Amino acid sequence: MTTTSSYPDRGSRGSGWTAVEKEELERAVRERQAGFWLYLLSDALIFALLFATWAVMADRIATGPDTRSLLDLNKAFVETMLLLSSSFTFGLATLELRADRVRNCLLWMAVTFLLGAAFLGFELTEFMGLIDQGAGPDVSGSLSSFFTLVGTHGLHVTAGLVWLAVSFIQLLVIGNDIQLCARIERLGMFWHFLDIVWIGIFTFVYLWGAAA
Amino acid sequence: MTFLGRLGIDSLPFYSPVAFAGAATEVLAALMILALVTWKGWWKPLFRDWIATVDHKKIGIMYLFLAGVMLLRGFADAMLMRLQQAMALNSDGYLPPEHFNQIFSAHGTIMIFFMAMPFLTGLINIVVPLQIGARDVAFPFLNAVSFWLTGAGAALVLLSLVIGKFSTAGWTAYPPFSENSFTPGPGVDYWIWAVLVAGAGSTMTGINVLVTILMRRAPGMSLMRMPLFTWTALVTSILMVFAFPALTTSSAMLALDRTLGFHFFTNGDGGNMMNYANLFWIWGHPEVYILILPAFGIYSEVVATFSDKRLFGYTSLVFATAVIGVLSFTVWLHHFFTMGASANVNAVFGIATMIIAVPTGVKVFDWLFTMYRGSIRLTTPMYWTIGFMVTFVIGGATGVLLAIPPVDFLMHNSVFLVAHFHNMLIPGALFGFFAGFSYWFPKAFGYRLDETWGKRAFWAWITGFYIAFMPLYALGFMGMPRRMEHYDVAGWQPLLITAAIGAVFILAGIACQIVQLYVSWKNRESLCDTTGDPWDGRTLEWMTSSPPKPWNFDRIPTVHSLDEFAWRKETAGFVDEPGAPDVIALPKDSLLPMAIGASAFIFGFAMIWHIWWLAIMALLTILAMLTATGFTRDSGLRIIRIENRDAARAEVASS
Ligand SMILES: [Cu+2]
Repeated sequence: MTTTSSYPDRGSRGSGWTAVEKEELERAVRERQAGFWLYLLSDALIFALLFATWAVMADRIATGPDTRSLLDLNKAFVETMLLLSSSFTFGLATLELRADRVRNCLLWMAVTFLLGAAFLGFELTEFMGLIDQGAGPDVSGSLSSFFTLVGTHGLHVTAGLVWLAVSFIQLLVIGNDIQLCARIERLGMFWHFLDIVWIGIFTFVYLWGAAA
Repeated sequence: MTFLGRLGIDSLPFYSPVAFAGAATEVLAALMILALVTWKGWWKPLFRDWIATVDHKKIGIMYLFLAGVMLLRGFADAMLMRLQQAMALNSDGYLPPEHFNQIFSAHGTIMIFFMAMPFLTGLINIVVPLQIGARDVAFPFLNAVSFWLTGAGAALVLLSLVIGKFSTAGWTAYPPFSENSFTPGPGVDYWIWAVLVAGAGSTMTGINVLVTILMRRAPGMSLMRMPLFTWTALVTSILMVFAFPALTTSSAMLALDRTLGFHFFTNGDGGNMMNYANLFWIWGHPEVYILILPAFGIYSEVVATFSDKRLFGYTSLVFATAVIGVLSFTVWLHHFFTMGASANVNAVFGIATMIIAVPTGVKVFDWLFTMYRGSIRLTTPMYWTIGFMVTFVIGGATGVLLAIPPVDFLMHNSVFLVAHFHNMLIPGALFGFFAGFSYWFPKAFGYRLDETWGKRAFWAWITGFYIAFMPLYALGFMGMPRRMEHYDVAGWQPLLITAAIGAVFILAGIACQIVQLYVSWKNRESLCDTTGDPWDGRTLEWMTSSPPKPWNFDRIPTVHSLDEFAWRKETAGFVDEPGAPDVIALPKDSLLPMAIGASAFIFGFAMIWHIWWLAIMALLTILAMLTATGFTRDSGLRIIRIENRDAARAEVASS
């Protein structure tokens, strides 16, 4: 069975490998891609349930402040722009990697990292601000579900940043090869997925909050 | 708090003599096993051949071993409960309430998560790659990680007997009782982290099996040529991938409530405990089918093989499986009809529940018609199958009864319900796993199991099942609630004593199974399976040697038909084209999966006892190990060259 690969046949790792190994690895790349899609679907369900919980709990503020009126739409808009542009720069990084221009790819990965980190910084200051106002997650069911939904997304972004940093170093050390190229593409899927989830959060948490 | 969190000398089980005896037994058993391994010098082979393995067949065997150990523990819990309830009329029996509550919580948790799940995952692991003509699963490394995560969860539950206490909130851990305000100790946290760690393993298993079946089938094996067990494994893994997130979410929320003072399910401050019930059962009902569907697959394989016929209504069985998979997501509310939803909502879920009986009925008729006019061989797997068909129908009938909301209001939380779901899961899942175990044992180990002891085990189990659970149906009608530590209704006691006698029969069944294993091992020469096809099987797994080589098939077979092996045996003049010598790439063994599982265990333990620094260290260790794998320079594969056996044979003949 021969397959034509869209991945560059370069890098220090691939050079010594036999044909069988290469064939096996290309198959592994396809299978991992499929497996990763399934993982994303499974993860999307976690977010779906967190959204549903937010829908059920948003008004359960007990004696605490009204969560939705506390939210800062302007800040959330900046966060949205940061995350959306990071998705765009990651797309550029992937294209450069496909074209085997490793230096450009590294550059765009670094930009993506900075945008993602800035997003996370904004989110953390928002969280800190809420806690300082006496609106922490332990105040009411409503705030618990807000912090958990937005925080779970933030945790995913953090994981994505760690993964991004590791991939950056791998690309420096190992160079561009099938496995790494495919892995960075999967990271791209993850990153775009987080974008889609954020759009849901922006709509159902912040815009809905602004309507309140 | 302190360096060791809330861990202290008072965490040891001195509160109940029975708990202490249990803990002592567990510690002694562990020490004896360690001593035996050291004395026999088994450490090296243990690490080399088992702990480091990524071979799906060996991982499957380790799953079966785990399931066996946990079956013993879970059954010991069941015996303790039956004995307590048989005694505790107007008295305290011999178990204090605090301990009794831990026992029923542990029994359910262990039997679902750490007996049934590993059992079916083990069988799927051993059989599915062989049935589809694959060399291994799609992600062998991940497969090993899944196993060690399951093991880590099981180890946490076992440890709770020795250090601290287990949950007293039942296997479902319903809030608000499972919240800090009512159950402050580590018990519920043991439940949460055991379930979260093992649940992560199950999700990954689901992804793995799904990709394996979709992408690694032998050439010619279209979806509608897949053996039925593979079909049920496919649907079960879809359910795993899509249902387990709900369990992860609900348990993680409960953990946030308990650890960080969130208010998801608390009584006050805006919490809503019914949200937990919803989330939990969005996982919980599909979970029932995660357990039962693979057993249905096993029954299908067994019935076809031992009736020496092609499965009757193969297509309808496939569709029934898929329909059950879809419907299983639409019925979760029947677990809490008494929540207070409107009559219309209850009616919708009640009707959806009853509809599931239709595809299930289709299956039962398909199996019966497969047997009709077949030349039936009454082997041990066939005994389990027929026992299942008769017994399961009773459970199905009581299920349809419970699906009627007004009836459920009466029977809710009574032992009628306990009888019902044991009536589904013991014949519906466990008997199937036993059937599969004796059916595929020769494939995994190279010799058959002793038939006499197998049949003895069957008769003891099924007799015990009826004696133990039929009284519970009656007791439910008499108004006995589940989970009673003691009671004052004299009329219940005779039936509870009967149920305890039933448990003794089941104990005899388990004893027969242990004897069966020993006798079969002793007679492994005469029970040896030299052909690889001890049952005159119909599917691909019987086409290779028993046990199969690490790469399963020297040459990947080409599939021409449903029941390919039977087709080859029946097709006169079929010649398999001898192929060129093959070069095979197999994944390299690794100790990392075990190390990841061990770190997950330490992480869970640290979270339970609030030892934050240790939890962070464990997480960082996992991260470091995963990162390190990305920097290796070799392909992670070992290359095996199969010599051309036909050429070799020809050479021998000519010389
Ligand atoms: Cu159900």
